[in-house]
Amino acid sequence: MKTGAQCIIDGLKRQGVKTIFGLPGGSVLDIFSELYHSSLEFVLVRHEQGAAHMADGYARATGKVGCCLVTSGPGATNTVTGLATAAMDGIPMVCISGQVPSSMIGNDAFQEADTTGITRAVTKHNYLVRNVDDLPRTIAEAFYVARSGKPGPVLIDVPKDVQRASTDKTTPKELSFRGYRPAFEGNSKQIARLAEAINKAARPLLYVGGGVIAGDASRELTALARKARIPVTTTLMGLGAFPETDPLSLRMLGMHGSVAANRAVSECDLLISVGARFDDRVTGKISEFATAAKKAHIDIDPSSIDKSVTVDIPVVGHAKPVLQKLLPLVDKGGHREWLASVNAWMKEFPFSYDTKSSQLLPQYVIEQVYELTRGKAIITTEVGQHQMWAAHFFKYTKPRTFLSSGGLGTMGYGLPAAIGAQFGKRDALVVDIGGDGSTQMNFQELVVAVEHDLPIKVVILNNGHLGMVRQWQEMFYKGEYSASVLKTTGRNRVENIPDRKPGQYLPDFVKLAEAHGAVGMRVTRQSEVKSALKKAFSTPRPVVLDCVVSENANVYPMVPPGASLIEMVHSMA
Amino acid sequence: MKHVISALVENQPGVLARIVGLISGRGFNIESLNVAPTQDAGLSRMTMTVPGDDRVLEQVMKQLNKLVDVVKVTDLTQRRYLNRELALIEVAAPAKSRAEIVGLADLFEAKVVSVQSGSLTIQMVGEKEKVNDLIEMLKPFKVLDVSRSGVIAVARGEQVKP
Ligand SMILES: Cc1ncc(C[n+]2csc(CCOP(=O)(O)OP(=O)(O)O)c2C)c(N)n1
Repeated sequence: MKTGAQCIIDGLKRQGVKTIFGLPGGSVLDIFSELYHSSLEFVLVRHEQGAAHMADGYARATGKVGCCLVTSGPGATNTVTGLATAAMDGIPMVCISGQVPSSMIGNDAFQEADTTGITRAVTKHNYLVRNVDDLPRTIAEAFYVARSGKPGPVLIDVPKDVQRASTDKTTPKELSFRGYRPAFEGNSKQIARLAEAINKAARPLLYVGGGVIAGDASRELTALARKARIPVTTTLMGLGAFPETDPLSLRMLGMHGSVAANRAVSECDLLISVGARFDDRVTGKISEFATAAKKAHIDIDPSSIDKSVTVDIPVVGHAKPVLQKLLPLVDKGGHREWLASVNAWMKEFPFSYDTKSSQLLPQYVIEQVYELTRGKAIITTEVGQHQMWAAHFFKYTKPRTFLSSGGLGTMGYGLPAAIGAQFGKRDALVVDIGGDGSTQMNFQELVVAVEHDLPIKVVILNNGHLGMVRQWQEMFYKGEYSASVLKTTGRNRVENIPDRKPGQYLPDFVKLAEAHGAVGMRVTRQSEVKSALKKAFSTPRPVVLDCVVSENANVYPMVPPGASLIEMVHSMA
Repeated sequence: MKHVISALVENQPGVLARIVGLISGRGFNIESLNVAPTQDAGLSRMTMTVPGDDRVLEQVMKQLNKLVDVVKVTDLTQRRYLNRELALIEVAAPAKSRAEIVGLADLFEAKVVSVQSGSLTIQMVGEKEKVNDLIEMLKPFKVLDVSRSGVIAVARGEQVKP
């Protein structure tokens, strides 16, 4: 006989979990008591949102299922943003939450929340375990659901009495689902049709998303592109699925994509989407998206096919087996003329910035991070301008090296995700690129990096603004900076904040880092950046590098919202 | 257009909330909903009528199919199917109009199942449109209360493959 709490710890071990992120409370004390005697590593976070993002960062960096454990009520509700972030990007996670005793559910008991109700829309699946006999099977099911098909977060809500009750049930040898059968090899006829289309195309283009990374199909994709000589563009989620240093790479597409990628989409005659979902940030004005092209769509998720764009050749299946079957069917490609034009666009319109500026520009900092690491780092990001620059000025060559909240766009993701990634990849250099706004959202988690000797680097591109909001206000709202200023001067009247001395930093990230036990450094000039980064990278401790950068830099090129991909704006002028 | 969606789902707590949440979260109104066990104790059948654009509903169906607890979803409006609804209708019936109401019920093959002083309760089983028609016809007499089961439906003869 085992208690429910024992079933949970044993179940996690059986699933290969080594590290759990979380924070205790009244309704999970039985589990924590079991944990105390176990061989698992527990990471005590300072806010449960941090736990969810760490589990997510761990999952993205390693491909394994990330795991977190939180208490009922506020503990569970604090994970909601983290679950939603993982759900949007298809990241495998299992979150275990405590619940008030079964007899008290529905009574507005202390720290009760309808956790399964609240998380229903932000998980792939969730369970409320009412009987301890169901617990071993539920844990195994949860992990299977989280990692199979299109991966996603799964939550298991366990009332306190269920944790304490005993059972002789064990994990079943085989799981059976009546409605859930996600394994798809891809229909051979459809794959043959796609091969034929590829062999006939004069101007083919591969449009690659996070599904290639989740599906471990980067090698197959690269082989296909090189054999058939097809240029490749990726989404933000797809960065690293194809080496951006390859001459066939057109870098990222979409709202802040490269000119070459967006032109190629508009001019190709065959668009092959692999593991991407025609997101509105990618397509721009949908009626003008890739109008010249026949469209093929390889995706594990049948619901993403024909969702926003009607495709001619749908292939429902895992990217890896589909690409494996496709590869021998495609001819060695030439596409000389087509490649010559896309290469010319790449040459003419690289991601660029004013390299002659006397100011410290944010893009320069990222370029230096790229050069000093020689591209060998795991980059996590927060959300905003810096996130786009991190996509532009660092070239990703391997899957699972760019971790960013693509679908939900969650500020506060990058720092805890970096910690999670470093737990999974102890030897990697993990760099969180953040803005001054986002980085404050989960800064408290820095303590975790200090406690566990995780030498993560937090590079803050401090522009004194909620920069991306400021950019939109500059471009589309007459330059009226409503609540997007973070520095201590020039705040709008409605905020009722008097000007303080310029040059005062609020917060002072250097002191803040030091107060958390990390190393804090600041640069304000371009000439200081290289040596500061070198020092940060060679320091075997967590470092926060506050880079005080130009306030006015904008992310270009940009497809204005609602415009088509060819209507790119290159500057304000 | 109106869609009759039939979903075979695992008989688990939370399934109903998940399905209804998915549909209503996209701004669709569920016009009628019926859930009951099937011949297989582990499964329930949900029948819903949902008005909405074909393309958008197709997307909703795909999303429903993706749910772990959902075994199968079909849009019955795309195929041959039978639908029935049960309604209990209480209608004001003073002595002078009683005969006429009973006559109407007979025409619809409906049954008077309860007689009160001043009112009659009629049980009607039939296609949804027929139920609508009867209620329309009874309106002039003053309908006091209506309770409808919501449409239940099955595809015709698809379980036996020749
Ligand atoms: C939790 C959350 N709240 C609000 C937003 C809306 N938002 C998108 S970008 C942005 C500004 C981010 O500012 P900062 O982190 O300083 O980065 P920058 O754009 O300046 O590089 C905001 C507020 C968001 N993405 N996430």
